[in-house]
Amino acid sequence: MFPAPPTFEDLNVWAALPVIILSLWASVLLVADRFINNKFYVAAYSLLGVGISLVIALFQAGDLFDIGESGTAFEGMFMADQFTYVVNIVALISAAIGILISYEYLERTKLDRGEYYILLMFSAAGAMLMGSSNNLSMIFISLELLSIPLYILSGIRRPQEESEESAMKYFLLGAFSSSFLVYGIALVFGAAGSLDLGEIVVVAQTISEQEATQRYLLLIGAGLITVGLGFKVAAVPFHMWTPDVYQGAPTPVTAYMSSVAKVGGFAAFLRVLVTGLPIIAEGGDAAVWVDTLQILAALTLLLGNLVAIMQYDLKRLLAYSSIAHAGYILIALAAGGVPGVGDSAAQAALVYLAAYAFTNIGAFAVVAAIEKDDSTGTTMDDIKGLAVKRPWLAGAMSVFMFSLTGIPLTAGFIGKFWVFRAAMDAGLEPLAVLGVLTSAISAFYYVRVVWNMYFETGDAVVPERQQYLTSGLVITAAGTLILGLLPFILENLVRDASLAILR
Amino acid sequence: MQLENTGVSIVSAVLFSPLVGVLVLLFWPRLTDKQVRIATLINTLVTFAFSLLMLSQFDSSKGMQMEQVDEWIAGLGIYYHVGVDGISIWLVMLTTFIMPIAVLASWTGIEEKVRLFHGFLLLLEVAMVGVFVSLDLFLFYIFWEVSLVPMYFMIGMWGSKDKVDFFGREMEARIYAAVKFFLYTVAGSILMLLAILYVGNKAETFDFMLIRDLMRSGQLVFTEETERLLFVGFFIAFAIKVPVWPLHSWLPDAHVQAPTAGSIILAGVLLKLGTYGLVRYNLEFFPNAAIDFAPYIGALAVIGIIYGAWVSYAQTDVKKLVAYSSVSHLGFVVLGIFAMNSAGIQGAVLQMVNHGVSTGGLFLLVGMLYERRHTKAINAFGGLWKIMPIYSGFALVIALSSMGLPGLNGFVGEFTILVGSAGSDTLDIWYTVLATIGIILAAVYILFMFNKVFMGPVTKQENQELEDLTWGGNWYELSALVALTVVIFVIGLYPKPFFELMDGAVGDLVAQLDATLQVAMK
Repeated sequence: MFPAPPTFEDLNVWAALPVIILSLWASVLLVADRFINNKFYVAAYSLLGVGISLVIALFQAGDLFDIGESGTAFEGMFMADQFTYVVNIVALISAAIGILISYEYLERTKLDRGEYYILLMFSAAGAMLMGSSNNLSMIFISLELLSIPLYILSGIRRPQEESEESAMKYFLLGAFSSSFLVYGIALVFGAAGSLDLGEIVVVAQTISEQEATQRYLLLIGAGLITVGLGFKVAAVPFHMWTPDVYQGAPTPVTAYMSSVAKVGGFAAFLRVLVTGLPIIAEGGDAAVWVDTLQILAALTLLLGNLVAIMQYDLKRLLAYSSIAHAGYILIALAAGGVPGVGDSAAQAALVYLAAYAFTNIGAFAVVAAIEKDDSTGTTMDDIKGLAVKRPWLAGAMSVFMFSLTGIPLTAGFIGKFWVFRAAMDAGLEPLAVLGVLTSAISAFYYVRVVWNMYFETGDAVVPERQQYLTSGLVITAAGTLILGLLPFILENLVRDASLAILR
Repeated sequence: MQLENTGVSIVSAVLFSPLVGVLVLLFWPRLTDKQVRIATLINTLVTFAFSLLMLSQFDSSKGMQMEQVDEWIAGLGIYYHVGVDGISIWLVMLTTFIMPIAVLASWTGIEEKVRLFHGFLLLLEVAMVGVFVSLDLFLFYIFWEVSLVPMYFMIGMWGSKDKVDFFGREMEARIYAAVKFFLYTVAGSILMLLAILYVGNKAETFDFMLIRDLMRSGQLVFTEETERLLFVGFFIAFAIKVPVWPLHSWLPDAHVQAPTAGSIILAGVLLKLGTYGLVRYNLEFFPNAAIDFAPYIGALAVIGIIYGAWVSYAQTDVKKLVAYSSVSHLGFVVLGIFAMNSAGIQGAVLQMVNHGVSTGGLFLLVGMLYERRHTKAINAFGGLWKIMPIYSGFALVIALSSMGLPGLNGFVGEFTILVGSAGSDTLDIWYTVLATIGIILAAVYILFMFNKVFMGPVTKQENQELEDLTWGGNWYELSALVALTVVIFVIGLYPKPFFELMDGAVGDLVAQLDATLQVAMK
């Protein structure tokens, strides 16, 4: 006798409703795209799908309706908790804004193909699944679901060489990093005998206390997973692809990618390390990987911020700045390995990711707005005098720049406040000091953008006003300011996000 | 620990009334430049009226009062908590008093992007008042950092037209000054953020009053080393803002390049954010470290007094002279604070107000000259008294007040500070002696400048036509100067009410410091 197939209720399917809707919607649209000639409608339907999914995700996060039960789903593969919900929201908002800022850009650069929006939705689904993975195999699959559409999107501007180079580089290095991840997963499986994070964490602690061989397997596995995910989030020294890929990809893709890849990557990072592998070595008082991550964070902060100073092209500047911001989230991740701080560190990372999503997509959207049709016009000289010609655009860019610097009343400050607070909680004061010093350094290159727009005179030639892109900018700028003025919104959202099973 | 929410306080009205103006300027569809100026002036005057109302309700027998508490980020123990005591109320009054003068000072000087300029002006007022009234460390830090942004834009966009040589490349001096100002202050204040986080995490609240109670009752104690580190974390941020020698190098650039209103606000109020922070946070939270560091900081203050005066004397540019004189004057304030006794701190608080009025006045005068003559070089003038007698009369009063002539406000403040430092348990008598030399030097550079610019025969042909002040022609300049002069005489001749209102707050602080000192000396 076969056991009865599980029912929807057994699988707790409804808990995964946002991501299910998004993936189904994208799949149907993939077929329907063939029959829709005006690509405006593809964009509009994609936005509608993302919107529906976002509404459900918000209901789940806000506990307004009972949609599925919190807890595991799909027999332990999927985890639906507050952490999942927040990741969903951030990924979906990124996707929605990504669609808004893409439409006119694609139209004027003759790239308006329907699959663009569909790929964008699939990668958002990938990021959402990464945040809800409760199993290492899920992490791998959802990582691929996140990455492969992004490889294609960055090359969508073929036959332009920069775009092709960008896609090729991203694909090769991405595939390379995936193999690290798989190998790491295999080793962890070999040591712990399970892929389920909840089981690994139980076994891992006993292994690390007893058997040497298995302990090393586990540690090497954890290390390789760190390398694999480190590639995705652009942590130094695994960041080499970032500047070229960010610069070569079409700007709206970069905007979207810079946010969603980080959201997915860090969500998985937090799940694996904080939930699955908080292994404490004999006599140690924090997880074994805390020191490694501290070093990664320090390198990332230093390299990202120092190299960004020298950049002349805005896209490249923002690429290095996004490396630097990975460093700040790595601070939170490192703090997550200290017993008792795991949850507040995960919350800090979520707050930072939410703040960063609005700000960074907004900054790239401004670059998309000023970029010319032949993908030039994104240098420091091209924004001179922008404040006179397009005061609101320049104003929005200033908001984003101050937010990235971490000036209060913007979301960026709230993110930094949470991250440094977690670091102080965990007793990582030296890293926190490095964090604030590098953000003082970063003030220079962000302020440089502002002074080029406001203090220098020049005849910035910019494309005409673009309606949908503007609405995307309004949302990002308003989001940046609202999260900065009313930080309790984020605080309420992440308050119940909890990752650490063992305390 | 929890705080109860309270009703709306008058302090919030003072704090947010300029925000109304900001929103009007941002979103009102069409406004002529003149309407913008008038609207801003009315807005700042209304704010001043609110602050007068607040002053009239002030009860000198109580400490912190007119508090307002509202939940903000409940999970982290962060509140919107504002209130005033005898120390902060004078600085709020100074701010709301200086702002209309800054608006009048830019009446004709600012001709481009008038609306944006006045928006920044009002935003700056919110930030500055916010620093003085916030009673929550998180809130305080927000206002503290936000005050940078409008000033950065004001210097960078409306600053002077000078050029500087920047590593072999010619660069606009205003951009250099704006960026230097921004980076210097960000770098300083960001370490304070860590110190705030540390204190907040330890106390499990960011509320100033709660933390103060925890510390006074001995429930929140830091080790000696931690306390020193935290003290330094706060001190560097404040010292850059004051600025304490040798962290002053941003000041001459920023003051000289800023438009007149910017210089007035920088000298008048923005520098006081630093000295206020020293009194409010360094002395209150870390008295042991303050006692340990007092001799060194006192030494820096005295060096600043003499250095600032000395360098002022050497200037050929009037505005630079006034800028460096601020370094000297603020040295007195810091000296008074770290004398750590009642006279020292009361003198310091009063001197903050005095310096705001008199140096703000000097920058206003320089701005008027510059608008008429388009130069600030001392040797371009001479004999102005013959051409502009009314202007020169005001200049004499304000210059003498800055110099510390008895009967005017500067004397009261400096004298009280010196009384305090002479009787201080933390500072040696030599500090007082050397600081007194600073007063003499101040007389030298001020009188030297006054002599060159106003006295003697008219040497330059261009100066013959300069326009004096009249109610009909330039009421805005005249009224600003009249207001400043009235305050100068009031404080100079009858300082008693000013000290009386401070008594409660300063007495409370000094009682705590004394107790710590007694323990330290045993």
